[in-house]
Amino acid sequence: MIKTTSFEIAYHQFLQPNGEPSGGLPPLARDTDTLHALYHNMVFTRLYDERAVNMQRTGQIGTFASSLGQEAIGAGVGHAMQPDDIIAPSFRESGALFFRGFRVRDLLLYWGGDERGMSNPDVGDDFPICVPISTHCTHAAGAAFAVKYRNEPRVVVCLIGDGGTSKGDFYEAINLAGVWNLPLVVVINNNQWAISVPRSMQTKTETLAQKAIAAGIPGIQIDGNDPIAVRHHVAEAIENARHGNGPTLIEAISYRLCHHTTADDATRYRSDKELEAHRQYDPVPRLRTYMTQQGIWSEEQETQLQTDCKTAIEQEVQHYLASEPQPPESMFDSLYATLPGELESQRRSLMGKE
Amino acid sequence: MSDITMIEAVNLALHHGMEHDPAMVILGEDIGINGGVFRATVDLLGRFGPERVLDTPLAENMIAGVAVGMAAQGLHPVAEIQFMGFIYPALDQMVSHAGRLRNRTRGRLSCPMVLRAPYGGGIHAPEHHSESTEALFAHIPGLRVVIPSSPTRAYGLLLASIRNPDPVIFLEPKRVYRLMKQGVKDNGEALPLDTCFVLRPGSDITLVSWGAMMHETQLAAEQLASEGVDAEVIDLATIKPIDMETILESVGRTGRCVIIQEAASTCSVGSEIAARLAEEGLMSLFAPIRRVSGYDTVMPMFRNEKHYMPSTERILQAVKETLEYA
Ligand SMILES: Cc1ncc(C[n+]2csc(CCOP(=O)(O)OP(=O)(O)O)c2C)c(N)n1
Ligand SMILES: [Mg+2]
Repeated sequence: MIKTTSFEIAYHQFLQPNGEPSGGLPPLARDTDTLHALYHNMVFTRLYDERAVNMQRTGQIGTFASSLGQEAIGAGVGHAMQPDDIIAPSFRESGALFFRGFRVRDLLLYWGGDERGMSNPDVGDDFPICVPISTHCTHAAGAAFAVKYRNEPRVVVCLIGDGGTSKGDFYEAINLAGVWNLPLVVVINNNQWAISVPRSMQTKTETLAQKAIAAGIPGIQIDGNDPIAVRHHVAEAIENARHGNGPTLIEAISYRLCHHTTADDATRYRSDKELEAHRQYDPVPRLRTYMTQQGIWSEEQETQLQTDCKTAIEQEVQHYLASEPQPPESMFDSLYATLPGELESQRRSLMGKE
Repeated sequence: MSDITMIEAVNLALHHGMEHDPAMVILGEDIGINGGVFRATVDLLGRFGPERVLDTPLAENMIAGVAVGMAAQGLHPVAEIQFMGFIYPALDQMVSHAGRLRNRTRGRLSCPMVLRAPYGGGIHAPEHHSESTEALFAHIPGLRVVIPSSPTRAYGLLLASIRNPDPVIFLEPKRVYRLMKQGVKDNGEALPLDTCFVLRPGSDITLVSWGAMMHETQLAAEQLASEGVDAEVIDLATIKPIDMETILESVGRTGRCVIIQEAASTCSVGSEIAARLAEEGLMSLFAPIRRVSGYDTVMPMFRNEKHYMPSTERILQAVKETLEYA
């Protein structure tokens, strides 16, 4: 018998569900600006989600995926990244995208069926939202190769769901990242569900983090509803990667407190009891309690933040609602660098000029 | 016999298949307790149990490949791909194996599987949820491609696909899922797989379409009738193999043909029909064959999708131009 690898998967948490520290805290837990930024992002994202779900109900946008209950992941990842880093997002991480420079109006355009939602030039070279699950993992690996090839001190962060880890693309990407020692961090939002399929029906492994072992790269589990843990460990993995120490897989344990999307009815497959049992792990009150106990958050600040976020979101919503659709012929205009002549005639016929 | 929608007809055919064929199993993402995101597989888990109704992990290449393996060993898997936009990982299995297994083993093994997927635009769905790429599969030797356009044809054609000894890609135009109701008899009667359906006899022009575009095509035919133009309307239904005999017979009488499809026009199913008409029916044509298609662009996201999909007006315009040839 040859003993190859035996392993343990570390699980990290700094804040317990009730907001009390679980043990020693990292320096960022004393950094008021960072905590405020994380909290702001989570509250903003939650209010945006709520507004967007309502907009879907009234036909102002199409199908929408909320991140209710999972805001700490987007916030922690987005805040841990440097502006020059590159994100390859799934479709559920609005909070991270806000940190990256996407505006509410951009995301509403996207969910409102308008390509311009992913066109904001201020966003740099981040990847657009990825709908075909897991396909972006390999893009992230390719991007990580590109920055490494050019000796740029940049890191690529890929976000994926628990269901997405069942696809080959995911393993293919982390496997390559290991072999090529790529500056890649893959963060799994394990919200326990892939539409109606529970985590236990995706894989028999006890953790998703241990999938890293088969790729020969480090894999850790963190409390994905603890914004301090997400921010700290994602930043650590990013800085590791930046310094040439290769990729990391991070499984962030969370829970989807919402339907899969507005097109889904989770009551068909998930018990109220299970849902209710997970409300106590909500990341938003957790950080708020901690900050209150630290004396860096007050009722007045909370009221002010809520008002500020709502006002900002409302302004963005109005921007979106006032947007004119693109002209029909726009479907031709970003198709190729130069539109082939043959398509030029299709374009003219669409415009009724032929 | 009750009036039901296309999605209910699909469900009914699946129930009928499962009840009468112990070798049949159903697999896919969210097809169990959730009954499929469009509810095509509702109540199957409860009735036939988790040994035959299999919720899979999220992996389309696996779903198709596992179905190939099951089919090779005598099961009759009917696998669901949640949306056609996510079928591409399965393409490898369908091209490299499903379509070739019989041939590679000179008939020793075969692949009696069905791969179902909702396809097409018009329901304001997110990115990647609206394309019509049936031609990708129609191009592959060894596969059959079937597209129903109504509840009755969904029921009969799905049963035929389930009973067919070879792999079938069964594409369901999701815009039609709840668009209309028809009386469907749950009598287990399959429809033929290699035959077009003439929905409206006519003598002036032949309109060929399939899937959701049958709706606009029939509206156009009604409009034409009110203008004194008698259009014959054909629902292609089996995309591969194509029943050219019916189409050639029709065009032999009308001398004019317009093909209507949601898909991009280049290298499409419409291109194939036009080519076959040129090869085998040129002498009966009074006018050039016309295709009314989606454009050769990425399908726009839904705010502009209506400009992409052929409208009744675009069909009428093409018909008028075709009729202008004396
Ligand atoms: C390749 C692919 N297959 C199927 C789908 C349809 N679909 C959208 S989200 C989803 C579940 C995803 O679950 P998970 O990866 O856990 O992410 P979550 O939605 O929970 O954030 C499915 C099956 C898809 N978008 N892409
Ligand atoms: Mg999930």
